[in-house]
Amino acid sequence: MTSKNKWLSAPYTLWSVVFIIIPLCMIFYYGLTDKTGAFTLENIAAMATAEHAKALRLSILLSLVSTLFCFLLAYPLAMILANMKVNQHSFIILIFILPMWMNFLLRTLAWQTLLEKSGVINNILTFFHLPNINIINTPAAIVLGMVYNFLPFMVLPLYNSLSKIDDNVINAARDLGANGIHTFIRIILPLSVPGIISGITMVFVPALTTFVISTLLGGSKILLIGNVIEQEFTQASNWHLGSGLSIVLMIFIILNMIISAIFDKDGEGSML
Amino acid sequence: MSKELIHLSNISKSFDGQMVLDELNLKIHENEFVTLLGPSGCGKTTTLRILGGFAQPDTGKVIFDGRDITKVPPNKRALNTVFQKYALFTHMTIAENIAFGLKIKKKSKGYIDDKIRYALKLVNLEGYENRMPDSLSGGQQQRIAIARAIVNEPKVLLLDEPLGALDLKLRQEMQYELIRMKNELGITFVYVTHDQEEALTMSDTIVVMNQGYIQQIGSPESIYNEPENAFVADFIGDSNIIPAVMIEDKLVRILDTRFACVDTGFGHNKPVDVVIRPEDVELTAPSDGTLQGVVTHLIFKGVHYEMEVMAGGFEWLVHSTVMQPVGKEVGIKVDPFNIQIMNKPESEDEEAVAIDI
Amino acid sequence: MKTAVKKIYIALIILFLYAPIGTLMVLSFNASKTRSKWGGFTFKWYAALFRNDDILKALFNTLLIAFLSALIATVIGTIACIAMTGMKRRTKAVMMGVTNIPMLNAEIVTGISLMLLFISLGFRFGLGTILLSHITFNIPYVILSVMPRMKQLNPSTYEAALDLGASHLTAFFKVVFPDLLPGILSGFLMAFTMSLDDFIITHFTKGAGVDTLSTKIYTEVKKGIKPEMYALSTIIFVTVLVLLLLVNLSPEKKEKNLQGNK
Repeated sequence: MTSKNKWLSAPYTLWSVVFIIIPLCMIFYYGLTDKTGAFTLENIAAMATAEHAKALRLSILLSLVSTLFCFLLAYPLAMILANMKVNQHSFIILIFILPMWMNFLLRTLAWQTLLEKSGVINNILTFFHLPNINIINTPAAIVLGMVYNFLPFMVLPLYNSLSKIDDNVINAARDLGANGIHTFIRIILPLSVPGIISGITMVFVPALTTFVISTLLGGSKILLIGNVIEQEFTQASNWHLGSGLSIVLMIFIILNMIISAIFDKDGEGSML
Repeated sequence: MSKELIHLSNISKSFDGQMVLDELNLKIHENEFVTLLGPSGCGKTTTLRILGGFAQPDTGKVIFDGRDITKVPPNKRALNTVFQKYALFTHMTIAENIAFGLKIKKKSKGYIDDKIRYALKLVNLEGYENRMPDSLSGGQQQRIAIARAIVNEPKVLLLDEPLGALDLKLRQEMQYELIRMKNELGITFVYVTHDQEEALTMSDTIVVMNQGYIQQIGSPESIYNEPENAFVADFIGDSNIIPAVMIEDKLVRILDTRFACVDTGFGHNKPVDVVIRPEDVELTAPSDGTLQGVVTHLIFKGVHYEMEVMAGGFEWLVHSTVMQPVGKEVGIKVDPFNIQIMNKPESEDEEAVAIDI
Repeated sequence: MKTAVKKIYIALIILFLYAPIGTLMVLSFNASKTRSKWGGFTFKWYAALFRNDDILKALFNTLLIAFLSALIATVIGTIACIAMTGMKRRTKAVMMGVTNIPMLNAEIVTGISLMLLFISLGFRFGLGTILLSHITFNIPYVILSVMPRMKQLNPSTYEAALDLGASHLTAFFKVVFPDLLPGILSGFLMAFTMSLDDFIITHFTKGAGVDTLSTKIYTEVKKGIKPEMYALSTIIFVTVLVLLLLVNLSPEKKEKNLQGNK
């Protein structure tokens, strides 16, 4: 519009510098210094110690598994939803946002009740003479919690990018001789790549870094890298070590961001 | 005419209880350029989709080359479609787009490359192999969509309002291109449009549709010169449609004035509609005319003058290269050959011709 | 047959998403204090809830922060969107990149980074620090909701308003703002929801003695959740559900739906 724009952008620019950029710099400052303020790489190297490396490995494994599950569950769902051609785009988003109005911790805790030895699910399984499941306080329960909490973040970008595919593009593929499988592999899947990448990012990062789900569903024995960092800040009060470990974590996050920036240039796979 | 290729037999189709096609029958021949013409919602696109296999008729059969293909899926049909807004695969290059159908048919690399080159030459886009669809203009994307379809050597090419998104100049250019391509390929084109000029320019046969019914099938000349009902007359070009009474064979009373005509077989004192094209109305000195009136409007249209003449209580639309000023008293004369008599619509459905084109 | 499979699949996913919510609702009527046993139907937790000052205080904090952070984020975010439309491509790309950081970054990292900032600035941890943090992670949601609307906007309408004699401000509020409103509203709602549901960032930026519902629940996890909490969550959830149903089934919308079906 006019040159007043420069002035209009001031509040947000200022805000992002103070509350986004500077805080990130602080993590780097703390992570690369020791308590005396001297430069050190020790805090970062600490990730290699047996205990931390084990937590990181488990975190990566569990987040990869839950991202995969989310994808496998969400893709068919998003395809069905996109094909339903509901003109109420917002209604579908609502179904997946609505659970957030029940507190996230309580929702996750409810799985304890559902999964317990004599819990609801096992009662149902017993009723149908099926073997009971006993996964509470195991990594499996953590994966379930991750899938449960982050599934909407996979569904929405996928749904968004799939519903943007023109019907006639799919018709054209059929018209040119492609059967259902061909059409899916050669047309639908490649065209939904922005949604896939965005969905993977949206699930993988929070799953990799969570400490809440592991605390609530994994008992106290299973430590993820998120738990380690959280404890450095809230219990051990070793901010330098915590920051150093966070920097390592951020490498994964930045990798993720770069990948999503490459594949989703126009923000096509966005959630909203 | 050449061999019959497609026969749509008693096709009916409804969406949400609303009849879109009602007992439609249509025959299409080899090497014919057939245009389905009508206003939006007339069922022309649905007819095309049924031909392509993207929609199933509720009742009726699609016969292709003597074989019933009603239930055959689109990927097994020997027809290809050029879609509205092109529907190119945006994640593939132009060459990959064109090769899509051939790769599925597992053709050899050399064959595919030859075909791509041939198709791009046909649509005048040589050298575009490695471009992405997004980098092309609308007209170019349209040509690629055609190239992508024809490399599969379909017996019939279906085109769904392919020029709708192009600007006027480009549209006219593409009309000639399409005729040239059709002649070069020697295949049948089934073309859907709501643009009567497009239909008149390109077609061998025009099928005028409205409200799920075929209103008239014929050559562009017969559709224009001998519309069978008021809808066709009104939809194709400008016309004066006037209620009249057929007194006897070759004599009709229009606006309480007797006009000679050439039609016979309508019976005695039968109410009819007459169609008189604006260019067929001759303006004369008042004393020489069958009917007298006054010029009320005058617009210069380039090729001719467009005038409105109030005569006999009806506003006549007149096209003429001779200008008559507003307010001038004139006579109206019509050659008997140029008076087209049409039956009044009988059913309610046919009545629904009040369109605002 | 095929549609049946699809419907069953959707139903299963929805069951998966809403089963815990149903469980919590059932627990709110459970007379037994333990989660694993059904002790009969009771309303007593609902009564107890309104006598529990701790929980009510946390509820008040939660709503206050959600409302204020969503409101402030909406204002800043909307202004930022307007500012970005006139920018050079590269500047805009940088701004959108920065906007994406809180969305893509791990919450724990955002939380820690803000905590370190507040410590070094010498801020007293409490409602204020929580509010600042929530505004920070809410702005991106507003921008991502408003931006698409902004792109659809026909710049000519703004110029037409100026042409017809409106001042820049009038033109904005009478012509541009109404067009942006749906995006602004959904951005606000999104921000409100995100703030309400946040735990991790609040966990790192809250001070001792100040609690939102999330942090209160977290501290209760080890001792056992008070059933009043289930009652409160049920009330919140049902209220939101009813409000949404009312909005969706309002006569105006119904008419639109009918027209859409034709």
